[in-house]
Amino acid sequence: MKNVTIILKREFASYFTTPVAYVFILVFLVLSSAFTFYLGQFYERGQADLLPFFNFHPWLYLFLVPAVSMGLWSEERASGSIELLLTLPITLWDAILGKFLAAWFFTGLALLGTFPLWLSVNYLGEPDNGAIAASYVGSWFMAGAFLAVGCCLSALTKSQIIAFILTGTVCLLLVLAGFPLVLNFFQDWVPALVLDLIAGLSIIAHFMAISKGVLALVDVVYFVAMMALWLYLTRLVLQAKSAD
Amino acid sequence: MIEVQNLTKQFGSMTVVKDLSSGNWELYTLIGPNGAGKSTTMKMITGFLTPSNGTVSIHGFDISSQRQAAQASMGYLPEGAPCYEDMTVSSFLRFIAEIRGARGALIKQWVDRVTETVSLSDVVHQRIETLSKGYKRRLGLAQALIHDPSILILDEPTDGLDPNQKHQVRQMILDLSDQKIVIISTHILEEVSAVCSRAMIINAGEIVLDDTPEGLCQRAEGHRSVSLRVAGVGDETLSNACGQLPQCGRVVPVAGGGVLVYPAEPSVDPLAALREMINANNWQVEWLQQHQGQLDEVFRGVTGGRLQ
Repeated sequence: MKNVTIILKREFASYFTTPVAYVFILVFLVLSSAFTFYLGQFYERGQADLLPFFNFHPWLYLFLVPAVSMGLWSEERASGSIELLLTLPITLWDAILGKFLAAWFFTGLALLGTFPLWLSVNYLGEPDNGAIAASYVGSWFMAGAFLAVGCCLSALTKSQIIAFILTGTVCLLLVLAGFPLVLNFFQDWVPALVLDLIAGLSIIAHFMAISKGVLALVDVVYFVAMMALWLYLTRLVLQAKSAD
Repeated sequence: MIEVQNLTKQFGSMTVVKDLSSGNWELYTLIGPNGAGKSTTMKMITGFLTPSNGTVSIHGFDISSQRQAAQASMGYLPEGAPCYEDMTVSSFLRFIAEIRGARGALIKQWVDRVTETVSLSDVVHQRIETLSKGYKRRLGLAQALIHDPSILILDEPTDGLDPNQKHQVRQMILDLSDQKIVIISTHILEEVSAVCSRAMIINAGEIVLDDTPEGLCQRAEGHRSVSLRVAGVGDETLSNACGQLPQCGRVVPVAGGGVLVYPAEPSVDPLAALREMINANNWQVEWLQQHQGQLDEVFRGVTGGRLQ
């Protein structure tokens, strides 16, 4: 666990030694606010909640989260520093968790930066702060699931661009899994049980459930399981690369 | 102590390292042409690559099953000395020290000691990406040395350095080899005699020679050959006279006058016989030198002189 913390600290600090962190946080804040006020019609709805803000998070994360995760492993592979990291006396889990948690805390920090919106709705009306808190947690967990996908796909390649595109695509499929676009494709030739399973994989369904203010165990388990699965796949990829 | 048994690595259908075994390695140099399998061997010893077959044990710890224990006693400089370029020298070394188990005041102590050893003190607060190649290489050495490991694995430690830096790094390796097992790889042959007590020539994934640097030189055709020039005696007369001695083998004329006499057999020293012949004829010697043999002759001989 000590090693995880040491790696986490190094990775987290490295976001801030380059402009990446500042650009990311700025773009996230600007876009999330713009979506909320213009597309989400925050004022026109006349309701004191943050639904229009959270509704856009899955779409925002589709291209922002892969930008955070793309370098996790591919940059190490491209520069050769992966050889240094993986010959230090640490386990693969130390390295994977340290990197993942650093990225996850970083997106959490960006999310915290949106607190003025929360203040605004409280100033304008009397929102359900419990629901808002639940939505924040849900959004952070969703970001974690996207990051875990990105972590795994970044371990596959030394090209950050490929990692970015693959992550965006896989996350898009996960988001769309509950939409007719994907479900219609499977409808005619898979059993209903499998169809339910595919629909159940949908990130959006679980996120929407949480953002309505219900932090149900099933949704939390879903996101935690997603992260665990993709981090485990990361480990398999790294092991396969070392044997290859 | 490093024990390597039947180490083999295949990438697809290509075998990069073939059935490599070795006894007790101390200060060893792996030499070989580019692509011979030197780096791959080191990557397997340090646990970065999983061998297709065979075992590596470090002080009795198996690199596959007891990976962390084995890695803890090793310091490794990967090829090209990769680092986290966005960090400063001191924060990078602190990170390595912490991962290597230092806590509290010990971190500073380790970092200070190692920056002193490899002369990095001038640049500790600089970002790594702004450092020159020489400094980066020294930083790579510093991270490998920081926990005072008993085994050092250095992949081409002098590659890309200027002659002064090369000398400095070799001196450092020599100093360290008193108390440590040091294994370096190189394709620079002068390094072998300058640094190590034992050298292994690898070609196409196999050990082709394993000997002391002197032992390797003795395998050169030119070992114990003698160049000779005598005042007032033509090359032809000299060649004929030398050719008649049973100790002498091939005799070839040398540009600028004189001859180069090879021994009849690698075990025979032609020098005494040549001196006798010179004295008997009362010749005036202008130039006489015996050669030890060139390592690059041996290298080319056993690696087939192929360009890879």
